[in-house]
Amino acid sequence: MAANGNGIVASILFLVVCGGVLALLLVLAERYILNFGPCTIDINDGEKKVTVNGGGSLLSLLASQDIFIPSACGGRGSCAYCKVTVTAGAGEIGPVEEPYLSAGERAGGTRLSCQVKVRGDVAIRIPREYFSVRRYRGRLLVKKPMTHDIVELRIELLEPPEIEFIAGQYAQLESKEYKGREAVMRAYSISSPPSDKRHVEFMVRLVPGGICTTWVFEHLREGQEVRLSGPYGEFHLRPTEAPLLFIAGGSGMAPIWSILRNMKETKSTRHARYFFGAQTQADLFLVNELRELQRAMPSFAFIPALSNEPEGSGWTGEKGLITDVVSRHVRDASQHEAYLCGSPGMINACVNVLKTAGMPESKIYFDKFA
Amino acid sequence: MEQAAHTPAFFGLVLIFVSAAFTDNILLTRFLGMCSCLGVSKKVDTSVGLGVAVIFVTACTAAINYLIYKYLLLPFGLDYLRLITFIIVIAAFTQLVEMIIDRYSPALYNALGIFLPLITVNCAILGISIFMLGKPYGFIQTFFYGAGGGFGWFVAITLIGGIREKINEQALPGGLAGSPITLIIIGIMALAFIGFSGMVKV
Repeated sequence: MAANGNGIVASILFLVVCGGVLALLLVLAERYILNFGPCTIDINDGEKKVTVNGGGSLLSLLASQDIFIPSACGGRGSCAYCKVTVTAGAGEIGPVEEPYLSAGERAGGTRLSCQVKVRGDVAIRIPREYFSVRRYRGRLLVKKPMTHDIVELRIELLEPPEIEFIAGQYAQLESKEYKGREAVMRAYSISSPPSDKRHVEFMVRLVPGGICTTWVFEHLREGQEVRLSGPYGEFHLRPTEAPLLFIAGGSGMAPIWSILRNMKETKSTRHARYFFGAQTQADLFLVNELRELQRAMPSFAFIPALSNEPEGSGWTGEKGLITDVVSRHVRDASQHEAYLCGSPGMINACVNVLKTAGMPESKIYFDKFA
Repeated sequence: MEQAAHTPAFFGLVLIFVSAAFTDNILLTRFLGMCSCLGVSKKVDTSVGLGVAVIFVTACTAAINYLIYKYLLLPFGLDYLRLITFIIVIAAFTQLVEMIIDRYSPALYNALGIFLPLITVNCAILGISIFMLGKPYGFIQTFFYGAGGGFGWFVAITLIGGIREKINEQALPGGLAGSPITLIIIGIMALAFIGFSGMVKV
């Protein structure tokens, strides 16, 4: 049968017609069955109302209305960044969400917005800062190695051309697909000062096997277009007059570097000390710039500390673990405010040291990299 | 077969249904549809949900495939296309079922999650459409055969779900927890189902 020409034509024809009819049926079904009609999303008890066509996820429908909820995995339900409080119309918690929601969060109506399907009117509550989040198209101008595993990225914003943010906040950089690794979004603190509205800078540390950092180190080229969204985050200077302690390690430099440059530009006279922990001199970067800043700002002191510097290397600065160096310098921290950025281990250790030195926990602000 | 032809019509249909469900249980005697069974049978309620969806899909796809086979494939001599045609029909029909559940039963849609689209690749469904070709059934009988096959899968997965709910409360050796113990349970249940084989002859 199949050997002669008619058989082949007949089978192709049959499959095409059969597939076509079924595809048509499905398209019609999708239009009439999956038509949830216009749905209203009420945000923060009437602060903002948007009307969308139901059927999609809360995350994507909000994004279509230019409201960006942080999301690192792009709606797969694996990063749990996109949590929002849904007060009405959420439906039941699905099996994908379950592992990410604690009992307290469930009681409070917290959901993963990427897993909540909008089937009718929905009421949600989100932090107000999300309203100012935008998605940007930019171009990578400079990719500069700072140490053996940290690069600095300088990105020129193309569309929209300017960003408003508070020093210390972060943005989400979107990686592109490469070698079978999917496109992801990862959070990086903005290291440039807010006065430079047309550019953003990031410091990216290579995480072995990390999807986004590997992309940045091996595939991202100067001149290439990149996408990012922001600003996000509550890590920024509180408007008090308390003396400041900054503590950072590695690429935790980024938000502090933004805050310090902003302080210089706004001619802040707040007393500030910056403890930067590293292993050896090779892990230090921006040292000259920070010493320059110290000369320009009499109220600021930069204190790099090396934990693993070999003897006789000519290093005259502080030695030892960052926690020891901080406790040597700060006897009484009860009047200070502290801003910490680094690995969870470093932050937890430093929080303990500061509490021992009399600092109330409410005065310790930190940005942990997970 | 002779027997089925001579009994009153309704009794014949019941017989086909029961034999497809128990004597010829698709999950326990043919081990088809094992992947989604292992995935979903952790709880009774999701087992019931997927089971019902499978009954619906097997009954309808067996009937549709019967019509397509008898009135399109056979007359045009395209018998050899039956496998690919059945797969296309099942895939499209599953999509349709997914949309209907999504629209009218969000709770079930949520509970089934990824396994709803996976019905498409549930080999029990293709299996029933293929086995139906070897039977001397008419349209109505085929529908009942499909529904019975689906019902058998539903019964099996619900029983397994019930046992697993109990077993999950017990301390199992690490190497047995999850799929291994489930496969053992399925094996023992399959032995038990042999008991049905003498009941009706199909």
